[in-house]
Amino acid sequence: MANIISDETIEYVGILSKLELSDQEKEQAKKDMGRMLDYIDMLNELDTSQVEPMSHVFPVHNVFREDVVVNQDQRDEILVNAPEQKDGQFQVPKTVE
Amino acid sequence: MAREYETVIGLEVHVELATKTKIFCGCSTEFGGEPNTHTCPVCTGMPGSLPVLNKQVVEYAMAVGLAANCQIHQKCKFDRKNYFYPDNPQNYQISQLYLPICHDGWVEIETEDGKKKVGIHEIHMEEDAGKLIHDDWEDCSLVDYNRSGVPLIEIVSEPDMRSAQEVIAYLDKLRTIIQYLGASDCKLQEGSMRADVNLSVREKGSDTFGTRTEMKNLNSFKAIARAIEGERERQIDLLEDGQAVVQETRRWDDNKECSYPMRSKEDAQDYRYFPDPDLVPVIISDEWIADIKSRQPELRTEKLERYKKEFDIPQYDAEILTSSKKLADIFEASAAICQKPKKVSNWLMGEALRLLKEHNQEPEDLNFSPENLAKLIQLADEGTINNKVAKEVFEKIYSENIDPKQYVEEHGLKSVSDEGALRSVIEEIVAANPQSVEDYKGGKKKAIGFLVGQTMKAMKGKADPGAVNKILQEVLEK
Repeated sequence: MANIISDETIEYVGILSKLELSDQEKEQAKKDMGRMLDYIDMLNELDTSQVEPMSHVFPVHNVFREDVVVNQDQRDEILVNAPEQKDGQFQVPKTVE
Repeated sequence: MAREYETVIGLEVHVELATKTKIFCGCSTEFGGEPNTHTCPVCTGMPGSLPVLNKQVVEYAMAVGLAANCQIHQKCKFDRKNYFYPDNPQNYQISQLYLPICHDGWVEIETEDGKKKVGIHEIHMEEDAGKLIHDDWEDCSLVDYNRSGVPLIEIVSEPDMRSAQEVIAYLDKLRTIIQYLGASDCKLQEGSMRADVNLSVREKGSDTFGTRTEMKNLNSFKAIARAIEGERERQIDLLEDGQAVVQETRRWDDNKECSYPMRSKEDAQDYRYFPDPDLVPVIISDEWIADIKSRQPELRTEKLERYKKEFDIPQYDAEILTSSKKLADIFEASAAICQKPKKVSNWLMGEALRLLKEHNQEPEDLNFSPENLAKLIQLADEGTINNKVAKEVFEKIYSENIDPKQYVEEHGLKSVSDEGALRSVIEEIVAANPQSVEDYKGGKKKAIGFLVGQTMKAMKGKADPGAVNKILQEVLEK
């Protein structure tokens, strides 16, 4: 395996992805990620310097909406999705101290 | 010898666009609705929902870019900026990193040393976040997603400004351009225009930049000026003390007049941008750019030139009137109706600005129809009402947009210039104030002022002062 994932990297990726991994899972994830990077590295074998980066897989562009209000108040339906709610709002753990 | 420092400032300005709907869904952008009543699966980040771009957002962004002398990226696209914070239910903000719609422009500002160009690095389109309210009692935060998905443009300047004055001049310039384009009302207090200040200091003459900090939470021009002064001093103190400036985001507290480092969002500043697969690229044709250009309205600089040629008003007045699109619109419409530009200008420059200041409002808040101002000027000119009454009526126009003609009728405010009626009142006043009459006859011409005042009082302010003066003199000279 050409790509070795360090403990620091797996720790950092865990923080970014909001995952708590056990030591055993971390070891497994390190191996998996290394293999994924090896696989992706194959792309580097190609010279793409003359190829325009692709920004979308479909050959479609300029899909627009006109600026017209179509949605009415649907607060009750929307708030059904809130884990907790209060006063018509989504309730979340306090974000400042 | 004390070292001399130079402040280097660049700005990131967010402007909420004046579209009727959000950037990626058909929810209303109206300000001040009940929490979460302007939301849908798209702007609350529900799985499976798909964003569709509002065409008007692209057109406003192009219009602002072209007015700020920018180049347009004719192929642009959207990227995801990933972060975890409950104001953003998708856990990413849709923004533009790699190919922002506008780049490499400039605007010109007036400084103490003459004109100066401030470079625009780029302008990109993105979505606003929701609003968090922190509940002090229940140890939780509440989220309102009405603002989530409201379209923003972020205008990133080059680090070209050197003082608070230059920053204010730049912001004022941007605000005027954007208001003239109708792309936003740019109200700092309501947050439809927000500025983040990137600031560093360096020794004068140095050509490398110092370490910069970013300051947020600046919601008035005054706060911005104070924050710049405060941060400049803080950084110089650190350097003089032999310490280093730390690159960080700081929050300005305008009440305490100091800034402190922000805690939130700080430990994972890795946004992992990547192209948003839900949105297809935007291709902007030459024709589309030409079309936007042809629809650009007259901007301030051109308007100012035209006012100087077209209307007989002082340069200073023309500058103030054109400083706000709203003021200029009222001025032109009103002048077109009554054909008295100078009088319209005087009312706006005098009473309108006085009342705005008194109510702590901005010209964009003016809410009366130009017709009513024109009618008022007509009434005052014909002598139907006197000056004092006219000012009272103007206050009513200002606050309630009343029809002055009707109002004057209904409240019996017409001036009394009927000679007979006035003369009998004046004769009574003269008889009741022998001392003033004696003073007047003894050469104290000023004593007439008191008698005019008494007459106006007796007439409840509705007499025509010209007529009062004339008749009083006649009576006194008898």
